[in-house]
Amino acid sequence: MFEILAKKELAPHIKWIRVKAPLVARTAKPGQFIVLRLHERGERIPLTLYKWNKDEGYIELVFQEVGKTTYEMGTYGVGDKIMDIVGPLGKPTEIENYGNAVVVSGGVGAPIGYAVARALKEAGNHLTVIAGFRSKDYVILEDEFGKISDELLITTDDGSYKRKGFTTTVLEEYLNQGNKVDFVFTVGPVIMMKLIAEITRKYEIKTLASLNPIMVDGTGMCGACRVTVGGEIKFACVDGPDFDAHQVDFDELMLRLKQYNREEKLALERYLKGGA
Amino acid sequence: MAKQIKKQRIKVPEQDPVARIHNFNEVALGYTWDLAVEEASRCLKCPYSYAPCIKGCPVNVNIPGFIQKILERDIKGALEVIHTTNSLPGITGRVCPQEEQCEMNCVMGKLGDKINIGKLERFVADEARKQGIYPDIPQVEKKGKKVAIVGSGPSGLTAAADLAKMGYDVTMYEALHEGGGVLIYGIPEFRLPKEIVRYELKFLKMLGVKIVTNVVIGKTFSLYELLDEYDAVFLGTGAGTPKFLNLPGVNLNGIYSANEFLTRINLMKAYQFPEYDTPITKGKRLAVIGAGNVAMDAARSALRIGYEEVYIVYRRTREYMTAREEEIKHAEEEGVKFMFLVSPIEFIGDENGNVKVLKLIMNELGEPDSSGRRRPVPIPGTEFGLEVDAVVFAIGQKPNKVLYQEVPELKTTKWGTLIVDEKYRTTMRGVFAGGDAVRGEATVVLAMGDGKKAAKAIDEYLNGEPWPEEIKPANFW
Ligand SMILES: Cc1cc2nc3c(=O)[nH]c(=O)nc-3n(C[C@H](O)[C@H](O)[C@H](O)COP(=O)(O)OP(=O)(O)OC[C@H]3O[C@@H](n4cnc5c(N)ncnc54)[C@H](O)[C@@H]3O)c2cc1C
Ligand SMILES: Cc1cc2nc3c(=O)[nH]c(=O)nc-3n(C[C@H](O)[C@H](O)[C@H](O)COP(=O)(O)OP(=O)(O)OC[C@H]3O[C@@H](n4cnc5c(N)ncnc54)[C@H](O)[C@@H]3O)c2cc1C
Ligand code: SF4
Ligand code: SF4
Ligand code: FES
Repeated sequence: MFEILAKKELAPHIKWIRVKAPLVARTAKPGQFIVLRLHERGERIPLTLYKWNKDEGYIELVFQEVGKTTYEMGTYGVGDKIMDIVGPLGKPTEIENYGNAVVVSGGVGAPIGYAVARALKEAGNHLTVIAGFRSKDYVILEDEFGKISDELLITTDDGSYKRKGFTTTVLEEYLNQGNKVDFVFTVGPVIMMKLIAEITRKYEIKTLASLNPIMVDGTGMCGACRVTVGGEIKFACVDGPDFDAHQVDFDELMLRLKQYNREEKLALERYLKGGA
Repeated sequence: MAKQIKKQRIKVPEQDPVARIHNFNEVALGYTWDLAVEEASRCLKCPYSYAPCIKGCPVNVNIPGFIQKILERDIKGALEVIHTTNSLPGITGRVCPQEEQCEMNCVMGKLGDKINIGKLERFVADEARKQGIYPDIPQVEKKGKKVAIVGSGPSGLTAAADLAKMGYDVTMYEALHEGGGVLIYGIPEFRLPKEIVRYELKFLKMLGVKIVTNVVIGKTFSLYELLDEYDAVFLGTGAGTPKFLNLPGVNLNGIYSANEFLTRINLMKAYQFPEYDTPITKGKRLAVIGAGNVAMDAARSALRIGYEEVYIVYRRTREYMTAREEEIKHAEEEGVKFMFLVSPIEFIGDENGNVKVLKLIMNELGEPDSSGRRRPVPIPGTEFGLEVDAVVFAIGQKPNKVLYQEVPELKTTKWGTLIVDEKYRTTMRGVFAGGDAVRGEATVVLAMGDGKKAAKAIDEYLNGEPWPEEIKPANFW
C-alpha cells in the first residue's frame, strides 16, 4: 500500500499528489513513469514521474481527471492509500548537453516536460520551455518552469493568459526569429506532438516525443502499448516512452487511444452517478 | 487375479458445454471421494523402480505411492507423497499434458484405458485444500544465506519452496501486482481457478518465503544490486513478450496479443466490467490466429465474454495443431470453429481504427520445414475476407528482456533465451535461471522441474561448489 502524503488541486480537474514509494523514488530518472492500481477492482494506469525524493522516499504525480480511474483518484486525500505502484518504468529520457534545448509541452504534458527540462538544464543546456494550456485557469507549473528555464514561453489557446496561440505557432516563431535549436523534447496531446514533429523535421532538429498509449502491465508483456516507429512495432513501455518524433506514426496512436472510448464513457458515467 | 480390474477410466464429471460458455467456472468438476477411489483401484501399483508413469513425469512424482494413499483414504499422506517432489499438485493435476508425460506409458494402457493420473493428483490437492490441510513443514536449521528469486511463475515458485525447505532465506520479486506468473494472468479461470494459485502462494509464505510484488528487476532494482545483497539469484522471468506479424493494419483497435486479451480477462477481471474497471473489446465475431493451448484459451475465453462466433485460424492442418487434445475437444464442444490452411495477410479497419475485416489467403502444404512439419504455401488468388470485431494473436512468445537488456554479462541464444549449463548456471556468476526464460515457451511442469534442479544446484554452489570458468550451454529440448 502506498500512502498519499500531500495533495493539491493545481487547476480544475488537475491534481498533484505526493505518495510514499521509496523503491520507485530510489532509482527514478526523468522521463520514466509508474503504473498504479487504486484498489482490488481497479485498472492499471500509467502516470509519469513529476518529481521524487530518494532520501525521503516519495514521488510526486500530476494527473488530469479524464475517466473513471483518474476521477476516483481525485477523491483520494492525504492518508489514503493506493494499492499498487510499480516503477520506475520505461527508458529514461536521453539527457545530454545538446546546446540549445527546447521543451514543448501541452496541457498535463507539463509535469513530464518538467522532469526532463530540469535534467536538460542540469546537463548544461540553454533551456527554453514552451508550455501551452487551454486557458488561464489551466496554467500549471509556471513558477516551477520559471525557476529552471532560461526562457519560458507560456501560451493559451484562447489568449486569456500571456499570449494567444498554440505551442506550434510559438515554436515556429521562435525558429523564424533565427534561434538555433539543437534538440526538442515534446510531450502533450498527440496531435500537438505530431505537428511539432512536422515543424522540427523541416528544420532537421533532433526531436523526441514522449508517447502515452494505453498500457496494461508496463513491463513488455502484453503489447497494448504498441506503436509504429519507423515502420516497426515497438512497445512504448519498454522501448520508450520516448521515440524519435520524426519516425512515429502519430495518426495510428491517436486512433489507438480511442479504443475504449465507449467503455470509458460508460464507466465514468456509472461512477459519477455513484455506481462504484 | 481375484478381482476384475475395470478397463475403462472412471469419468470425470464436467460442466455442460451449453451452460459453461456463459460462465468462468471450471469445466472439469473433479472426482468425488468414491470416484477417486474407484479410479485409484484400477492402478496396478507398479514397483517404484520400474513404474513408467514416474519416469514420464518431469518431476518424478511417486504416482503408485500417492494412489495407494488414496485407496487408504489418507489425504494428508497422499499430499505428502506428492509434495516430496511436486509442491504444486493442484496446478499440475490440471494443466500438465499428462498424455505425453506420466500417462503416456502407463502399463494399464495395455489392458484398457490408462490411469487418469492428472485427475487423481488434482483430487488430492483439492481435497486437501477443502479440508485446509497443508503438508508438514520440515523444521530445518537456517543456513544464514539469502537467495533472491525473480519472477513468481511455476519455476520461481518451485525454486523458492525448495530453497526455503533447505533453510535458505528466500525473497521472491514479482513485477505484477499478484504472484503466480502465467498461472495467474494467462491460464483462464475455467481451467485453473485462481483460488488454487493463491492457496499455493500461501503455502510458500508459510514456508517463510517473502513475496514482494510490484518490483521489476532491471528497473526497481538492478540485477547487480541483487547480487550485492543476496548470495545467489534465480531468474524465472518466463517468456512473456508476445509476437505479432507485421502485416498491414496490425495495430488496429481490437487486435490483441493473447497475453493482453487473457490478462485483461484473468488478472484484471474485464469479464466483470464495469464492476471491475478494466475494459475489453466486445463484439460478435472474433478470430484467433494460432492453434496451440494459448489459442484455445483465448478462443474459449472469448465465448465466455459474449462473442457469438469464434474462429481458430490456422495455417496448417488439424494434425499439426500443438494444443492438447483435451483443449481442442473442449473448444469444439463449446462451438469454437476451426479454419485450417489459411494465413492472415492484412487487417482492414473502419474510420475509427477498429478492425473490421481479417484478410486471409488459403494455403497448401509443401515440403517439410526444419521442424519436420510440412510448410504451408499460399495459393495465389485465393484471398478472402472474414468480418471480425476482434482478433487475437496466439503465435508465440519470447523472453522478456527488461531484466537483462542492461546486463551484458548475461548471454542469450539467438531466440533470446538465457544460456545456462546443465546446472542452470547462467554466464554470470551466482545467477541461475530456468523455466520459459531458458526454454522458450514450454510447460508448467518443465518450469517446475527446472526450479527444482536449479534449487539443488544453488544449494551446491552455496556449499562451496566452484563456479566454472566457462559455461557449456545445455540443450533442453
Ligand atoms: C507513459 C504514460 C505517462 C502518462 N503520464 C500522465 C501524467 O503524468 N498525467 C496524466 O494526467 N496522464 C498521464 N498519462 C495518461 C493517463 O494514463 C490516462 O489519462 C489515464 O490512464 C486515464 O485513465 P481513466 O480511467 O481516468 O480514464 P479512461 O476512462 O481510461 O479514459 C478517459 C479518456 O482519456 C483518454 N485516455 C485513456 N488512456 C489514455 C492515455 N494513456 N493517454 C492519454 N489519454 C488517454 C481516453 O481516450 C478517454 O478519452 C500517461 C500515459 C502514459 C502511457
Ligand atoms: C495462455 C497460456 C496457457 C498455457 N497453458 C498451459 C497448460 O495448459 N499446461 C502447461 O503445462 N503449460 C501451459 N502454458 C505454459 C506455461 O504457463 C509456462 O510454460 C510456465 O508458466 C512457465 O513458467 P515460468 O516460471 O518460466 O514463467 P512464467 O509463468 O512466465 O512467470 C514469469 C514471471 O516473472 C515475472 N517477471 C518477468 N520479468 C520480471 C522482472 N524483470 N522482474 C520481476 N518479475 C519479472 C513475470 O511478471 C511473471 O509473473 C500456458 C501458457 C500460456 C501463456
Ligand atoms: S506433475 Fe504432471 S506429469 Fe507429473 S504426475 Fe503430476 S500430472 Fe503427471
Ligand atoms: S504405470 Fe499406470 S498402472 Fe503402473 S503404477 Fe503407474 S499409474 Fe499405476
Ligand atoms: S503495457 Fe503491456 S507491453 Fe507495454
